[in-house]
Amino acid sequence: MPSWNTIVITSLLYVALLFCVAFWAEQRAKRGQFGWIRTPWVYTLSLSVYCTAWTYYGGVGSAARSGLEFAAIYLGPTLTFLGWWLVLRKLVRISNEQRTTSVADLLSSRYGKSTSIGVVVTLIAVLASTPYIALQLQSLSLSFALFSDVGTQPAQTAFWIACGLAAFTILFGTRHVDANEQHYGVVTAIALEAVVKLVALTSVGLFVVFGIADGPTDIFARMPDPELLSAEVFGPRWVTLLFLSATAVICLPRMFQVAVVENVDERHLATASWAFPFYVFLISLFVLPIAIAGMTGLPSDANPDLYVLTVPLGAGNGSLALLAFLGGFSAATSMVIVAAIALSTMVSNHIIMPLWLRSAKKSPTASGDVRHMLLFSRRASIIGILALGYIYFRFTGGSTALASIGLIAFLGVAQLLPSIIGALYWRGATRTGAITAVIAGFAVWAYTLFIPSFDGAFLLPPEVISNGPWGISLLRPQQLFGSEFADPLVHATVWSMTVNITALVAVSLLSQPSALEQLQAKLFVDVFNITADRPAIALQRAAKSEDLFELAQRILGRETSWRMFTDIARSQGKHSGLPDPTAELTERLERALAGAIGSASAHAMVSQIGGHGTVSVSELMRMADETAQIIEYSNRIEEKSRELQETASQLRHANARLHEIAEQKDAFLSQISHELRTPMTSVRSFAEILRDGDDLEPEQARRFVSIIHEEAQRLTRLLDEILDVSVLENGKAQIEKVPVSLNASIEQALAATEPLMRRAGVQLIHASGPDITVSADRDRLAQVLINVLSNAVKYGRGQPPAIIVQVSRDRDQVQVTVADNGPGIAPDDQEKVFEKFTRLQHQTLAGSAGLGLPISREIMRNLDGDLTLDPNGPGASFRITLKTYDENNHTL
Amino acid sequence: MVKRILIVEDEANIVESLAFLLRRDGFDVSTIPDGARALAEAERITPDLMILDVMLPNLSGFDVLRDLRTHGALGTTPVMMLTAKGQTRDRDQAEQLGADLFMTKPFSNAEIIAQARRLTGLTP
Repeated sequence: MPSWNTIVITSLLYVALLFCVAFWAEQRAKRGQFGWIRTPWVYTLSLSVYCTAWTYYGGVGSAARSGLEFAAIYLGPTLTFLGWWLVLRKLVRISNEQRTTSVADLLSSRYGKSTSIGVVVTLIAVLASTPYIALQLQSLSLSFALFSDVGTQPAQTAFWIACGLAAFTILFGTRHVDANEQHYGVVTAIALEAVVKLVALTSVGLFVVFGIADGPTDIFARMPDPELLSAEVFGPRWVTLLFLSATAVICLPRMFQVAVVENVDERHLATASWAFPFYVFLISLFVLPIAIAGMTGLPSDANPDLYVLTVPLGAGNGSLALLAFLGGFSAATSMVIVAAIALSTMVSNHIIMPLWLRSAKKSPTASGDVRHMLLFSRRASIIGILALGYIYFRFTGGSTALASIGLIAFLGVAQLLPSIIGALYWRGATRTGAITAVIAGFAVWAYTLFIPSFDGAFLLPPEVISNGPWGISLLRPQQLFGSEFADPLVHATVWSMTVNITALVAVSLLSQPSALEQLQAKLFVDVFNITADRPAIALQRAAKSEDLFELAQRILGRETSWRMFTDIARSQGKHSGLPDPTAELTERLERALAGAIGSASAHAMVSQIGGHGTVSVSELMRMADETAQIIEYSNRIEEKSRELQETASQLRHANARLHEIAEQKDAFLSQISHELRTPMTSVRSFAEILRDGDDLEPEQARRFVSIIHEEAQRLTRLLDEILDVSVLENGKAQIEKVPVSLNASIEQALAATEPLMRRAGVQLIHASGPDITVSADRDRLAQVLINVLSNAVKYGRGQPPAIIVQVSRDRDQVQVTVADNGPGIAPDDQEKVFEKFTRLQHQTLAGSAGLGLPISREIMRNLDGDLTLDPNGPGASFRITLKTYDENNHTL
Repeated sequence: MVKRILIVEDEANIVESLAFLLRRDGFDVSTIPDGARALAEAERITPDLMILDVMLPNLSGFDVLRDLRTHGALGTTPVMMLTAKGQTRDRDQAEQLGADLFMTKPFSNAEIIAQARRLTGLTP
């Protein structure tokens, strides 16, 4: 038998080896030389943390007590892994997508990044795992005690072991802030321990089968109680065990850690799906032979849970016992290490971080280095968890059988299963539903299994356990509502799972999920459909890039943050500086932070930076409102731009009109110049003739003087007309509206133009009708009539020329039409005749400067009438509109 | 030999003053008030000088000049253009069309006589 010192030294050497291996793997990973440390084999071996001291020692114990029952514990995970395509694959995919750090994080993330669910799950995980950790400490101290001849205190041994495990875990489990990153050192060390476990157990098995007995047939022939093998295999307890162990592979924090969080490649799962069951098969292969050997070869008071050690010891094989001890040591330590990592991450991310965030709510970026805070909280959590396990071990005193502690823990964490399955497959599962289900299931578990397991030593006194609280037998913890199960485990499993599932379904159906929950539900349930084109969910109003970078730097470190930000900036097409604070940036940052501090805390932090808390339905509504406002704003802009376009076109039009007017003005001046020069030419020429000509006949001289006089009058008229236009156009003309006899005015105008008509041989057609009294200015009306009549004479060109003058009346409207019998005015020119100095042909007409019609029209408009051209009239047909004189109108 | 001058002008008073001045100076003067009939009149009398107004009824002075310059027999007839619009554009157009002289109204009688003599070759 190896001495105590040998055992201690071997253990220390072994631990040193583990340190070296872990360190070596860390270094390689750091340099990027992953080699085989990143293969499916290491992944598969690391999964063997499932096989703890409980399975290592307790499996044999269980076989010795209950026969094939132990097989169920191994078959469960086998089933889960063979069916990896169903659940594990989806879990791993989601975990990698969401950068999940733990099972608590998974549920928190899925149920709306909820802090509360993270807290609940963490507490349950810690509560359920503490006995399990204590169990490892117990098995370790028991195995040490076995070799101790000096009666060392098991508690003391356990304490030092706990310290050593804490040191190892802190050293290799909290190297990175990113909890989603792989712990290569730990995983590699765990893989080594897996090999040691397998080799040790197989060696003991082989020794039993071939060393003690004469082969397999012989060993089974030694079976002391054949009843053991024939024990009910597919009975309720067996099925329950199968279910619990299958569940444990997913729900146990340490299993979630190695199977999901530490998974670097989804394809590793495919290998593990058969390799891990194979490993489990090998581990379980010699369980029964060792149990048989223990039962037959050892004293009946020997602890079956230690057969693995005591059988070789009893046979005097010290070195084999040492190897078996190392195997057990490996099983226990690997479990504690991984569980401590997983739990510390959960405690730190879901309990400490939210509390810290709350206390530092004002300024998450300005409140110290989050990295240090994070690492410190993880390390403190590790110590706390191991301390808890140690305290538990001290108080329970290792009285309970190993196997039952393990199963109690299994059922405890199994309370997470419905919510996990709901998270993956049922979009309708809500946060409230999940929390209710987990708490209710856990309460039932505690009441029906966990507390009674203390046999009345803890919380519930023995009489309550046997008679129910206050003597109400319906509430007896192990016969709830009078239900009779032979086995308390089956009883607790059925009740807790029923309550759990019912609560999840019922409460989920009754509660309303938040917007974020619905989004996360979609990301989770449809993970395989939406990976290709991740919907860019702009739930975060982007914060300033500087603030986000500051935050990232504090948690991920400067280098990692810089890499990530420049990467995003590049993808945005920016070659320097920080990326734009897009929704994508916030989302990626949140996911990266989720890897370090969990999704709920990451969400809370990024949201704080963005200046608002969680995204609620009302927030979404507000965002929708903003969108609507933007739409409205853009509509307004469109409206404005339409108006501007209109204005621009009006301005263009006005500009063109101004150009036209400017040209008209030039033409006007040129025209005035021409009109003035023509009479001036005659005046000057004759004046020179008169000045120089001494030989002129008096008759001739008189004629020339009269021409000069005539042209001077013409000039005066012209100047008068120009002034008249300007006065009329400025509305300064003194035009009175008095009763005027229309007939008298027409006669006056006809008399004035009579000589002109006679000279041109124009025939006048005019039938004088009853007189009408119109409202007008007598002289101005005559001026208009004379102008229109003389135009008709000058431009009529009918063959033979004729002028028709007609008067018509419609109530208070009077029309005087003056038409010639010529070809009329071309449609294009009809509006031009009213413009100043317009001459439709190259015609020079004495006494006209082309101002007659514009002046006449101005006069008529000043008289509340008009002068228009009748486009349908015979020849050029001008229509003068007038108002009849109304006494009443003018007395006003 | 008496030089013949054709005056194409529609302002009667201006025609009268021009005709009086030129006849007193010994020219044989014909007048026509219509642009459209100007060329036919020129063919009839084959003038030694044409005094041509720009603003004429029916056919403008420029059109008359253009027709004259492309007319075989009359193509080289000297032309003095008269206009009340003293604009450069009109002057340029007249020169381009081959007017020998461009005079602005009102004119000096002495200048008209001197230019008429020069253009008819009476004085160099």
